[in-house]
Amino acid sequence: MGELRLMKGNEVIAEAAIRCGCDGYFGYPITPQSEVMETLMAREPWDETGMVVLQAESEVASINMVYGAAGTGKKVMTSSSSPGISLMAEGISYIAGAELPCLIVNVQRGGPGLGTIQPSQADYFQSTKGGGHGDYKLIVLAPASVQEMNDFVDLGFELAFKYRNPAMILTDGAIGQMMEKVELGDYKPRMTAGEVESKTGSWATTGKTSDRDYNVITSLYLESSKMEESNRRLQEKYIQMEAEEVRYETFQCEDADYVLVAFGSSARICQKSVELARAKGLKVGLLRPITLFPFPKKPIAELAKKVKGFMAVEMNAGQMVEDVQLAVGCAKSLATVTYFGRMGGIIPTPGEVVEAIEQKLIEA
Amino acid sequence: MEVKDIIKPENLVYEKPKLLTENTMHYCPGCTHGVVHRIVAEVIEDLNIQERTIGVSPVGCSVFAYNYIDIDWQEAAHGRAPAVATGISRVNPDKVVFTYQGDGDLASIGAAEIMHACNRGEDIVVIFINNAIYGMTGGQMAPTTLLGQVTATTPCGRDAERNGYPLKITELIAQLPGTSYVTRQSAHTPASVRKCKKAIKKAFQNALDKKGTSFVEVVSTCNSGWRINPVDANVWMEENMFPYYPVGDMKDAERDSKEAHLKKN
Ligand SMILES: Cc1ncc(C[n+]2csc(CCOP(=O)(O)OP(=O)(O)O)c2C)c(N)n1
Ligand code: SF4
Ligand SMILES: [Mg+2]
Repeated sequence: MGELRLMKGNEVIAEAAIRCGCDGYFGYPITPQSEVMETLMAREPWDETGMVVLQAESEVASINMVYGAAGTGKKVMTSSSSPGISLMAEGISYIAGAELPCLIVNVQRGGPGLGTIQPSQADYFQSTKGGGHGDYKLIVLAPASVQEMNDFVDLGFELAFKYRNPAMILTDGAIGQMMEKVELGDYKPRMTAGEVESKTGSWATTGKTSDRDYNVITSLYLESSKMEESNRRLQEKYIQMEAEEVRYETFQCEDADYVLVAFGSSARICQKSVELARAKGLKVGLLRPITLFPFPKKPIAELAKKVKGFMAVEMNAGQMVEDVQLAVGCAKSLATVTYFGRMGGIIPTPGEVVEAIEQKLIEA
Repeated sequence: MEVKDIIKPENLVYEKPKLLTENTMHYCPGCTHGVVHRIVAEVIEDLNIQERTIGVSPVGCSVFAYNYIDIDWQEAAHGRAPAVATGISRVNPDKVVFTYQGDGDLASIGAAEIMHACNRGEDIVVIFINNAIYGMTGGQMAPTTLLGQVTATTPCGRDAERNGYPLKITELIAQLPGTSYVTRQSAHTPASVRKCKKAIKKAFQNALDKKGTSFVEVVSTCNSGWRINPVDANVWMEENMFPYYPVGDMKDAERDSKEAHLKKN
């Protein structure tokens, strides 16, 4: 059993980064995630593990610092909240295009614009459909607890390096600010220069030695045929992710007539809603996507063969519901797909969700 | 005398640096970029730091700098090279990292990144090619474009009322305590090339010695963007750019501190 602590979600991101052997963090303050960098600075990991922590001049700079450091084969990350992630969009696209591994944490707040500092899930489209320019995908992990905030730091890096692709932890202000019991991971040493070389030497800018050609980190291919080839390579990776990396959890779906689909904070609310609905005699279950990309299409399609309807519950105007519709449509199922959500930083109550099930799924 | 009688090792005065690759440069004839690439390659070779050096190329005509010097490279987003270099350098303190940037890249879209990298005193080298124009995109106004200078977006000449003033960013950079060496050079005559090489070598040596940021501006020509021939471009540069962008050292921390020391005593 690892060390048990009572911690905030944001603090856990910092602690997990140090413990998993992260080489560097570059960030810029923004509510509701500033505790990530504050915790790192207070922990002074440069003395303990040699991890670099730098407060950049902007999110534009932090993501480009991540690009540079990741391009040398190091394990590096940043964190921000919605407006900051918008600023990073160009850099994230470059990182995806240049096929660099890194971890990006988005502790979402309500938008659009400066919006609110209250929790939201309105960056689902931005995170799962690209966000920046060009055809690219992030590996998107959606924690629903402080424990998963811890676990997904390590998992995010693992997947990022496996696919040489940026991974994102998409969470929100509620989980970032919430305190829960967490079992921390054991310390993993940072990669040695030799390990970096053997793991990433074929592509990373570790310094050109006489035994190899020089390495270039770039996403520029002026020749269309080369550009298409690069795009094809990216698409093949995304297909492989869809085949191998889908993660999700189901709750009381075995006999369900109606299934809620919800991630992160919304999934926690929905778990309670399932209990309330069951107490009323309604056979309701919950499917919680853990990876938002790759999205659990197949399990939803399987359920679509036997249930009467799905309701996506999201803290936004209805974004993930489109992916549920696609999955159900692919199954040629006639199950109803609907959505319920709140916006602007309001977290739906379990009771509201049950009411919505009755109105939107059962009575309709 | 036959040509083959002249081509002998003892007659050699200049040769292609080993670190310049065989790739044909895409630059217009007369462009300063190629000359400065050669100087950078020579300096890395002279200091014997090929294995330790990582270059960061910009968005601009020199985006393909990585095709020409045989070292590891990263290609940065427009203006972000100093942030990319910061990332590389911070997690690899044993490496010598340099950015190579144009005036649009460094002084316009990337003004924040260069200021803050220099202000933090990142142990990097910045090579700044000021040709007073956006070469790559077809000759639009740059922040450094001179008043009255005709460009694709200032067809009647740059007008201070409408476009503001040409930005002397190097003078601003020299004010920042994080920089140790800030200089403005040119590379249009054999003598200026030699001086420029000396400056770039000093800048790389400073990075090796962890002295903070070294910044070398090279006042350059873009004959294609300026729509004149290479010879006239050099003349135009001397007559119009040098008065506004005077060549010379603006700051040399070692020298400055020595002088300050001398004054004190
Ligand atoms: C975000 C972004 N904006 C605009 C461009 C288009 N663009 C490419 S190069 C360039 C100007 C480069 O000028 P400069 O830095 O002076 O370099 P030069 O070509 O003169 O060497 C611009 C505006 C881009 N690639 N990316
Ligand atoms: S357009 Fe100007 S800067 Fe670009 S290669 Fe030609 S001369 Fe050089
Ligand atoms: Mg220019």
